[in-house]
Amino acid sequence: MNNKRILGLFNDFDQASAAIRELRGADLPHLDWNEVTIKSPIEHPDVESLLGVRSIPIRKYTLLGALLGGGLGFLGIATAQGNFFQQLKGGKPIIPFPPDFVLTYEMFILGGVYITVLGFLISAGLPTRMKSDLYNVAVSGDQIGVMVKSNAHCVDAVRGIFERHHVLSIQEEVVK
Amino acid sequence: MNSVTQAKDKDIREDLSWSQINRDVLASLERPRATYWVLFALAFAVFLVGLGCEAYQYDTGLGVSGMNNPDVWGLYIATFIFWIGMSHSGTLLSAILHIIHADWRKPIYRFAEAMTTFSLMTAGLFVAVHLGRLWEIYYALPYPNERWTWPNFQSPLLWDAMAIFTYLSSSILFLYVGAIPDFAICRDYATGWRKTFYGKLALGWMGTDRQWRNFRVSYLVIACFLIPLAVSVHSIVASDFAMSQQPGWHITSFPPYFVAGALYSGCAAIITLFIILRHVFRFEEYMTLPILDKTARLTFAIAMVWTYLNCIEYATVWYGDSEVAKETLMQRATGPYSVYWWAMNFLGSVLPFTLIFKKVRANLSAMMVISLLLNLGMWLERWMIVTPTFSHGYYPWTWNHSFFPSLVQWGIVFGSFGWFGMLFMLFCKLVPSVSMYEVKEMVFHRKLARLHASQA
Repeated sequence: MNNKRILGLFNDFDQASAAIRELRGADLPHLDWNEVTIKSPIEHPDVESLLGVRSIPIRKYTLLGALLGGGLGFLGIATAQGNFFQQLKGGKPIIPFPPDFVLTYEMFILGGVYITVLGFLISAGLPTRMKSDLYNVAVSGDQIGVMVKSNAHCVDAVRGIFERHHVLSIQEEVVK
Repeated sequence: MNSVTQAKDKDIREDLSWSQINRDVLASLERPRATYWVLFALAFAVFLVGLGCEAYQYDTGLGVSGMNNPDVWGLYIATFIFWIGMSHSGTLLSAILHIIHADWRKPIYRFAEAMTTFSLMTAGLFVAVHLGRLWEIYYALPYPNERWTWPNFQSPLLWDAMAIFTYLSSSILFLYVGAIPDFAICRDYATGWRKTFYGKLALGWMGTDRQWRNFRVSYLVIACFLIPLAVSVHSIVASDFAMSQQPGWHITSFPPYFVAGALYSGCAAIITLFIILRHVFRFEEYMTLPILDKTARLTFAIAMVWTYLNCIEYATVWYGDSEVAKETLMQRATGPYSVYWWAMNFLGSVLPFTLIFKKVRANLSAMMVISLLLNLGMWLERWMIVTPTFSHGYYPWTWNHSFFPSLVQWGIVFGSFGWFGMLFMLFCKLVPSVSMYEVKEMVFHRKLARLHASQA
């Protein structure tokens, strides 16, 4: 049962990535790679890639938001023009396409941005309560954290690997 | 080249430690120089002048502004366009330079984004001020009602409202999302009420790979949306003029001309605030002279684009078939507003040539004066589009060459700078005006690049 978490703090990305590489090579039983997390003060795509391919669904949210914004925007405006905002047009169309294109363009962007932000919050797991996860303020400063969730036996092996790579400090907790 | 000269030529010192970056930027939130309070008090006083004038206009009526037929658009609309233009600074530095990977923007983009937001908030006020009877503002809102005062969807004024709302809300989200990792740093180091405040803003950010991965893509996607949005906002503002029937305004080059003017004034304003923040928050290590140099060069390039489009505007009128438009142009150059028109041309097109001298670009006092004058030129540009055209329209019996804005108008315009300044200074005291995580990235990648170069 994966009921323990261990967080090792490293001085730099090189040490952290060396520890992750050895973790991979060790092929520990009960170590689920989806339960290995890097915590860092800056983004580092190269080190993140050591964890394997992980999905980034943001663009799907963006596409959905932009299409919804543009589509519903145009339909909403056209419906309003055709019904309760109907004006005497003097032979001109009730639903004029050029002006509506401008408004649809704005709604396209508005929908895209709003749903992208929503998608970001959902995909990044925000907002979240920090009490539910191991954390060290040094990650905000200048240290790189590698967190593993597994069982007690596996965590002992992980601790050994961390120590071989000059870990600065280790925190552990039992997951309730 | 010795090491001192090399360090001076770099955008940022590569030996800055990440913890020092945290310390320096967090100190700006708590211990600014006394100049900060002087500037805040000054901005507040100027805001009170504007507020007083607006209260007087609200109480007495729009007549005290001096606006009447034919001068129905005055300083309020000119200043509205000016503030919309200023808002393009954030988009330029944050979005455009972000997608082309110009990393020198990193120490200065946060305050440019804040400028965008506060400029738009200031611009929005002028719409209400211009309408005059604020208690009847609901007449302008698009909702079904028995008064038949429905929105005209074919009017650029309605597009304006939609575009500005989209731009303002998207800019606020862009600013907020980009600051989440920094709010987490503030949360981790703050105490007392600040810890709670930043804790809520940070949303529980812990810097996990999952958060960074999604953050990176989201920020890029929003940046990509903001660029066409910013162009559309000022194009639509230009359409307010270009789609009207006033002489000299019905020109197809107006939208790009307005966009170039917006980027120009935004860039000049970045230089002004760069110099102020560098002094007030002791940001000499982050807002460095090489970064100022690059911003100045960018300003010069945009100034030349604006100058070209300005000439195109004159040429279009001059070689066009509208005699009235041509006469209005001549009136601008030789009539009662000629001093301002020539000043606009001089400040907008000639003054930027001082930026070609490296000594000028490296002199903070000179850059401060030049950036303020460039923005004065850009403000005059907007005023020279509005007032001279209305005072010399199609019909001679409507001409009013003696029109000059009243003190109330000037007071409200003056006050808007105080309002902007006040909001901006407050922002810089509450939110890190230098992005800590981006500066760390900049230092990290430059150090890495140097290491690779030396190994090669």
